[in-house]
Amino acid sequence: MAGIVKEEKGKIATRDGYGKGLVIAGKKNKDVVALDADLSDSTRSEMFKKEFPDRFFSMGIAEQDMIGTAAGLAVSGKIPYASSFAIFGLRAFELTRNIIARNKINVKIAGSHAGLFTGEDGKSAQAIEDIAAYRALPNFVVIQPADAIEAEKAVLALLDYKGPSYMRLLRSPLPIINDEDYKFEIGNGVVLKKGNDAVIFATGTMVHESLKAAEELKKENIDIYVANIHTIKPIDKNLIINLAKKTNCVITAEDHNIIGGLGSAVAEVLSENCPCLLKRIGMQDKYGESGKPDELYEKYGLNAESIVNVVKNTIKLKKIK
Amino acid sequence: MNKNKIIELKKIANDIRKESLLMIYKAQSGHPGGSLSEADILAALYSYKLRIDAKKPLWAERDRFVLSKGHASPGYYVTLAMKGFFPKKELESYRKINGLLQGHPELNIPGVDYAGGSLGQGVAFANGIALAGKLDKKSYKVYVLIGDGESQEGVVWEASMAAAFYKLDNLAYILDKNQVQQTGTTKEVMDIGNAAEKWLAFGFNVIEINGHDVEQIVDALDKADSVKGKPTMIIANTVKGKGVSFMELNHKFHGKAPNDEEFKKAMEELNKVRFD
Repeated sequence: MAGIVKEEKGKIATRDGYGKGLVIAGKKNKDVVALDADLSDSTRSEMFKKEFPDRFFSMGIAEQDMIGTAAGLAVSGKIPYASSFAIFGLRAFELTRNIIARNKINVKIAGSHAGLFTGEDGKSAQAIEDIAAYRALPNFVVIQPADAIEAEKAVLALLDYKGPSYMRLLRSPLPIINDEDYKFEIGNGVVLKKGNDAVIFATGTMVHESLKAAEELKKENIDIYVANIHTIKPIDKNLIINLAKKTNCVITAEDHNIIGGLGSAVAEVLSENCPCLLKRIGMQDKYGESGKPDELYEKYGLNAESIVNVVKNTIKLKKIK
Repeated sequence: MNKNKIIELKKIANDIRKESLLMIYKAQSGHPGGSLSEADILAALYSYKLRIDAKKPLWAERDRFVLSKGHASPGYYVTLAMKGFFPKKELESYRKINGLLQGHPELNIPGVDYAGGSLGQGVAFANGIALAGKLDKKSYKVYVLIGDGESQEGVVWEASMAAAFYKLDNLAYILDKNQVQQTGTTKEVMDIGNAAEKWLAFGFNVIEINGHDVEQIVDALDKADSVKGKPTMIIANTVKGKGVSFMELNHKFHGKAPNDEEFKKAMEELNKVRFD
């Protein structure tokens, strides 16, 4: 991996996986191009820039122009990956809607530094609405990888997918949970742990917190499913229905507003197919603040300890029912 | 250019005006003002300049035209039909349910390279096509028609900065400077000031012309070809509603269809136009 990647005790950020994936995609297909709005060092599209300087377009701090230009490149046969921070990509939302989504144009948007996991930069950078926004766009695929390997594989899966997509990336390093030979499939959730007491559908960082929570719960003889929902749209309906029926106790976990994100997507599937007990963990319709990611996760109820409590309380409710 | 060609282009422009009004009148919906101001520019582009083939609308080497001011779709649709991209009968489908010709252009319409409707965005999109042309060393050129009201959108200036930065000399913007927008004159709503100086300062080759003089339009389009290392901006001074006295510079006809009487009067005026 290129020199700019900072590894922290074996942890790697999903944005690093994105950069690595971009370079591989660029080698596989000469039509791959990348655009960035003066954040290429942060989003890691810089790795692509170093390898393919002629196929990298610095767009300046002008996200609207970046999105429009990416679409123009795409209709001319290029395969553009356009990256910025998740929050700033939303500045170009209406162009994304009116050019890319409306015309099903093959542009791959990536938004890094999403969620409270961004940490010290505070509210202005911590996008907690991005999944909701892109999910509402017809023709869009929405993906949030849970580790750097998944991010790399998702970049390559999107290379073979023709259509608009949004990939949500994260600033801080995360443990690796997938093997190098992990096969990423758009739209298919991944069961990481089994147990019939409850199921957590988690995405991004919350996959890790949920796995930790599951370990803690096991000590108290509570066995739960943990599924990594890396594709929020199209959502894996079959998996959600299947595990909801098995456990009759569903928890969703995301570093995003509970409105419009994974929790909403799961709620939509459940309420139309097999109504059951559901608790949504996430930002409770409020903004974060500056701080270290672990401090923020504790304060806003996103860490493993909070998940353990929610799971236990939800199982109790199930028994009362 | 010889006199006959000039007369031919003038006639085409007048036909674009008449057919556009007919479409809008029949649909009782649409934007007459911009279709009337852009007519001469469309005639010069489609019947003189653009390297296109109606039998191969997706030909990879074709010149591209981006109608960034997508609401001026009637003039555009009429032009495409006249060039044979689709049968003229389709003009009757304008703004109708299940119709090919949507209120604003869509990519499934033969000959359409950009789906407009939201202002400012086509400029950035056109830059992308021009960049791809540079990357692939293609010889096609990209033309973008922008409104002066539209130029109040910030993305127009983001894109203008980028077009100069990437030295897109395969790209020409054309400003249909018709002076009027939906709620009044551009001077009243938000004056864009000295457009020529602005685009000059952004690093463009700027040519200012009378946008209703087909000879000047043709000349400017040809001049743009010889400029290397920078994009061109053709500032076409036009009159919104051009050709119909009571629509000229009248913002009420930005997006309002003529009634029976207005339509009859408009056609009478356009039928009297002389081309010599």
